[in-house]
Amino acid sequence: MVSEHSAGGDTSALALKILVAGGFGVGKTTLVGAVSEIRPLRTEELLSEAGQLVDDTDGVDQKATTTVAMDFGRITIRSGLSLYLFGTPGQDRFWFLWDELAQGALGAVVLADTRRLEDCFPAVDYFEHRRIPFVVAVNCFAGARAYGAHDVCRALDLDHGTPVVLCDARDRASGKEVLIRLVEYAGRMHTARLLDSVG
Amino acid sequence: MTETPVDGPLEPGSQWYDGEAGPLVRPYAMTGGRTQSGPTGVRFDLIALVVLDPAAPALDDSVLGPEHRTLIGLCRAETQSVAELAADADLPVGVIRVLLGDLLELGCVAVSRPVPPAHLPDERILREVIEGLRAL
Repeated sequence: MVSEHSAGGDTSALALKILVAGGFGVGKTTLVGAVSEIRPLRTEELLSEAGQLVDDTDGVDQKATTTVAMDFGRITIRSGLSLYLFGTPGQDRFWFLWDELAQGALGAVVLADTRRLEDCFPAVDYFEHRRIPFVVAVNCFAGARAYGAHDVCRALDLDHGTPVVLCDARDRASGKEVLIRLVEYAGRMHTARLLDSVG
Repeated sequence: MTETPVDGPLEPGSQWYDGEAGPLVRPYAMTGGRTQSGPTGVRFDLIALVVLDPAAPALDDSVLGPEHRTLIGLCRAETQSVAELAADADLPVGVIRVLLGDLLELGCVAVSRPVPPAHLPDERILREVIEGLRAL
């Protein structure tokens, strides 16, 4: 790693970022809360309406501003190594915010509800196009018909190898398992790309 | 700073402001209208980590605003990410970025750079993360 050290500072702390995406009400905040050691914090980003239309959202000096709330949580692996989880804004009109969130992300969890699987299509598309490693975690809601991981994988037409995990977003152990699958997968993807780039 | 100056008793129905109305100070007023951090031009990632610089100069109130001091206070307790600072100080991330730019230029804090997109942490770190998650 080249750059976890600050310019001119003495911190060697490393922070990693994982995104939690999916449709509205699918359980993103619940999942973040289940595994986070801090209560889910909300952070707000102020953006101009005009900024949505351009790539560069730095110019937030317009008059009309929109406040977008993002949930996040933290897991301390050890002193100096933390994992941050960000729930992506649910509404489609905040897509442009995802680019910033996705910058440097280790990977993403796409939460899906089999009763309305189509809600997670945009997130799947987004991460596939940007080649950001992701796992699909099917939040098994009570009353939803149970589908196997294979059915979900086919229904979403996922790229070969993309993991599909059945989970309960309220359950800490289940959430941990989802994150472990993601980190393992991100590691495999990364290694494969390194091999591609030298071969 | 967010208080409404009240002169004398309020007439019934004249209380325009309450918590639901939102902040009385427009967020970027705290930055003097600036929406981008100073000449260093750094854009802090949400997970960039902020630590106090032990060699920070002693600064008086004319240099630092109350929000700057809030940030310093939060960082004094422990290393904080930009996102945590925004949540704890209850300010938009954009405002935090400008204020942090000031603190960085004044030599009060050091800010870690985020991992560039093309560089995932090495395998050893990922293994540590997986083991750490298992042990939770």
